Amino acid sequence: MTTQAPSIPSDTLSTEWRRLKKLSLAGWLVELLKYTILIVLAITFVLPFYWMASSALKNDSQIYTVPPVWIPNPAIWRNFIDAWASQPFNLYIFNTVVRYAIPSTIGTVFSSALVAYGFARVRWPGRDILFFICLATMMIPFQVTMVPLFMIFKQFGWLNTFLPLVVPAFFGVPYFIFMLRQFFLTIPEEISDAARIDGASELDILFRIIMPLSKPALTVVALFSFIDAWNNYLGPLIYLNDQRQYVLALGIENMRRTFMYNSTVANAYPYLMAVSTIVTIPIVIAFFFGQRTFIEGISLTGMKG
Amino acid sequence: MTRFTPHRMSKSERRRLVTGLLFVSPWLAGFLLWRVYPLLSSLYYSFTRYDLLREPVPVGFKNYVELFTTDPKFGVVIYNTLYYVLLGAPLGVVSAFLMASLLNTKIVARPFFRAIFFFPAIVPTIVTAVVWQFLLNVQFGAVNSLLQGLGLPTIPFLSSPALAKPSLILIYMWAQGNAMVIFLATLQDVPRVLYEAATVDGANAWHKFWHITIPMSTPVILFNLIMGFIYGFQEFTLPWLLTGGGPNNATEFYAIYLYRNAFNFLRMGKASALAWILFVIIIIFTVILFKTSARWVYYGGESE
Repeated sequence: MTTQAPSIPSDTLSTEWRRLKKLSLAGWLVELLKYTILIVLAITFVLPFYWMASSALKNDSQIYTVPPVWIPNPAIWRNFIDAWASQPFNLYIFNTVVRYAIPSTIGTVFSSALVAYGFARVRWPGRDILFFICLATMMIPFQVTMVPLFMIFKQFGWLNTFLPLVVPAFFGVPYFIFMLRQFFLTIPEEISDAARIDGASELDILFRIIMPLSKPALTVVALFSFIDAWNNYLGPLIYLNDQRQYVLALGIENMRRTFMYNSTVANAYPYLMAVSTIVTIPIVIAFFFGQRTFIEGISLTGMKG
Repeated sequence: MTRFTPHRMSKSERRRLVTGLLFVSPWLAGFLLWRVYPLLSSLYYSFTRYDLLREPVPVGFKNYVELFTTDPKFGVVIYNTLYYVLLGAPLGVVSAFLMASLLNTKIVARPFFRAIFFFPAIVPTIVTAVVWQFLLNVQFGAVNSLLQGLGLPTIPFLSSPALAKPSLILIYMWAQGNAMVIFLATLQDVPRVLYEAATVDGANAWHKFWHITIPMSTPVILFNLIMGFIYGFQEFTLPWLLTGGGPNNATEFYAIYLYRNAFNFLRMGKASALAWILFVIIIIFTVILFKTSARWVYYGGESE
């Protein structure tokens, strides 16, 4: 193990300036090149989102103007309200959050934590083989199980309900099981041993000791599985056909198809961009408040496997 | 290795076995119910004719034979998918690695730039599709308007069969935040002493990058490459939403064709055969990558 901290603290402007002052001319040129690339790249990354948000505020004549209008004038804020009201998006967001994302997140967190505990903190014969199988299942393409799963859910009478999307989450998700196991392994065994001597059951240890100590990792799992549900398109496409069951992704796609086949609709692009912006904003917020959590979570899965 | 011999187990060992199995039982049940059973039944369906309405009828190898001999679209789909995966997966790794390397140098506001580079990876695919379709539109898309403004000809990114796949790959390279973050963590774990020793020996920045940074990152390059291959072969949502398989079948990828067979043409048997062929292709590619990895992946200290 290396002794240094896992992340390099970002340099402040003043230390950076002191470093730059000491550089030779060639050093300066390298720095200039580096920041140029960095800034150009950053602009390319942000531009599509800026374009999305700014186009949401335009009217049709501003959309179709060449050269493009960068700052909408007039900015039509009403587009957000009108676009949202043009389809039952309130229902779609209710479906997405209450009927899909929240239950599947709860299921994923609890089941994955249970399973990860069994793989990380109980010694039993056959454990490592089963853990290997658990990881290996991540390689099975979704398409191979897609048709039979559809049949199973059809037999259960679950089509056009959220059960096919929610129930499997209660059986543990291998990716998150792996992530949590990695985290649980870092907690000293002595803590569990002390609790065992005091007569605590394994379930007590998981819920009273390990889970409270793993809040960062559990937050990552909750955040990721919520966003997975928020973003999922293929699952809802397969299982939900009734428009009253649509999630946001299906709703936006439906809106786009309506516009594509009916080119006379006014404000098609501003409305599409407005709805896309609204759907992206929660992710921006979640991400900027939880950036550290995101980054650490993904780093956890990177190696050591 | 612990050998699995139930009759020899001590009482405490048996108790731990039961406890362990109880803890992993949700996964175990899910594994049997949502993985093993569907896997086997899709293998069975692949040898049947099955349209959802009637019971499956066994037809032997007919689905497989049809795919490899008479189905004119199968070759196109294979070509498109290989093109996308063989080019896209390595380019995705290169893109993620370069972004991570850039972020790993001494820069101001690293978290800010990291956030920007990462963000496209967590945006809903439907949003990515809607926005890029708008941006790349030939007539009024912002990118083409910019080109026109500069006096350049417009580019039919998504409407030309020759450019649709490269355009999809570009968008894929843009959304490499996950791989980038994994690389960044790896780069920050490379022991400082290696660079210090190289500096003492008079190595310049390029030498250090080529002889220390890249070799130390090869295990993670392999990991991300394999992930890129596995998910590349299954790519569905972005091409489905962005180009719908067109123009002229240029982005009709494997997973899209499979979906159509299952849910549009109700040919569940043929779709299952397609799925199993896909599974075998993915396994072959993963094995090949692992085999070649002995030659280029450096696991600290084992060999040079």
